[in-house]
Amino acid sequence: MAELIVYGVVLGSIIALGAIGLTLVYGILRFANFAHGDLMTAGAYVSLFLVTGLFPWFGIPDTTFGSLSFGWRMAFAFPIAMACVAAASIFFDRILYRPLRLKGSGSVILAISALGASFIIRMIVLILWGGDYHFYRPGVLRPAIILPLEIKIRPDQILILITVLSLVVFLYLFLKRTKMGKAMRATADNMELARVSGIDTERVIIWTWGIGGALAGAGGILYGIDVQLHPGMGWHFLLPLFAATILGGIGNMYGALVGALVMGVAQQVSTAYLLPTYKPAVAFIIMILILLVRPQGIFGGGRA
Amino acid sequence: MKVLEAKNLTSGYGETDILRDVSIKLEEEEIVSIIGPNGAGKSTLLKTIFGILMPRHGAVRLRDEEITGLSPDKIVRKGMSYVPQVDNIFPSLTIQENLEMGAFVRTDDYRDRLDEMYDLFPMLKDRRNQKVGSLSGGQRQMVAMGRALMLDPTVLLLDEPSASLAPMLVGMIFEKIVDINRTGVSIIVVEQNARETLKISDRGYVLAMGRKVFEDTGKAILENDEVGKLYLGG
Repeated sequence: MAELIVYGVVLGSIIALGAIGLTLVYGILRFANFAHGDLMTAGAYVSLFLVTGLFPWFGIPDTTFGSLSFGWRMAFAFPIAMACVAAASIFFDRILYRPLRLKGSGSVILAISALGASFIIRMIVLILWGGDYHFYRPGVLRPAIILPLEIKIRPDQILILITVLSLVVFLYLFLKRTKMGKAMRATADNMELARVSGIDTERVIIWTWGIGGALAGAGGILYGIDVQLHPGMGWHFLLPLFAATILGGIGNMYGALVGALVMGVAQQVSTAYLLPTYKPAVAFIIMILILLVRPQGIFGGGRA
Repeated sequence: MKVLEAKNLTSGYGETDILRDVSIKLEEEEIVSIIGPNGAGKSTLLKTIFGILMPRHGAVRLRDEEITGLSPDKIVRKGMSYVPQVDNIFPSLTIQENLEMGAFVRTDDYRDRLDEMYDLFPMLKDRRNQKVGSLSGGQRQMVAMGRALMLDPTVLLLDEPSASLAPMLVGMIFEKIVDINRTGVSIIVVEQNARETLKISDRGYVLAMGRKVFEDTGKAILENDEVGKLYLGG
């Protein structure tokens, strides 16, 4: 059981990277980005392309760090893929969501267009890589470290936790300390007042998409390192992402973080009693329960 | 010298004209009040001056510069700030962060200006790291005015600063408006609370049904029985 909880925290931390981006975008633009899961997929596959396609060609050696399952190739690929997904998500805003916004389209139209964007991403991945499972480094099973309470954890998973934690701390400091971070929170609070204060809200929106996309991309890569890559991976993440976001109070970044950890743990622990195939059902049931009992989320009001 | 002039403004929402052919001006270091019954177009006038609404006819000049049709984020850079009647703060940000957002377009060191704001509103200073959403109505109104003053504007537009305040706070807010005016800021204030506002105003305009029906010095309007009966509630 203790082991399942630890695995749940690992899964939850990956969900958190997606959920935080989803909640930031919702906080400012007030629409449900159904393409957010597929941005995670995009991150994972851009990284796959770099690690198995581009970097070997550049002659970056296929070494591994200590007992981790990856090395320099992934260390370079990780930030580059994050930047690519950030760019892709800004691109989608400029060509798709922004024109709709300027026309005054409602949140339903925006959400459906995001659904369309999610199909586009998934189909591109299917065309380029096919529907099979992929691994960043096939065939290596690294020995697990055994912690007290007989918890077996792989070094990769410890690194995943450290990576997520650093990204979250980094984002927290960005939102608290920098001018753009404060402007993002101000815009989420009151976009009209942000405008009359002279804040360039279009620039704030671009930053929000960029950060949301980069975090989603990072989440996708980390899931690929932890488990595997599949064109439908991000789509399957969508339900836990939304459940985590709603659980934490939509628009609330810290709520999304806690909600994601709850979702991760709940999904993993459920496998002790249910078949693992029921994991999405667990996410669904939790989401329905929250919506019935406390639709405003556990942290109430719901502002970042 | 005129710092602001609105000429023959007609504007509204959608197809409907709310404001019809209204002209007002603001001289340097004046407080000018705009009063009149509900739905007279007072807030619409401020929003049109500040570029939130596009005028259908007419022009707005700030000092010697035509600003008609400019967006609010451009106008704010030219030295005019606006405090909306509602939703005029960032509730999840601290007092200090609200003031910093007011200075968003400044690239210079504005710490002196922050200190001036805390001198003007001393009760905000001790709570500078408190979230504004947790403050009382009067304190929120001070944060809202402080935010608008961070750019050291020539002209300040206030939309019903005393609305939804407890009666004992209304006088305090009007005192603050006079204090702000003494630092050299010219102010247009839209108010329901007509008598109190006219007392601190150099001049006033009375709006009704979207038109300007009367203008005079604050004192003269207060003493005018006919205007009093018709528009100031007896």
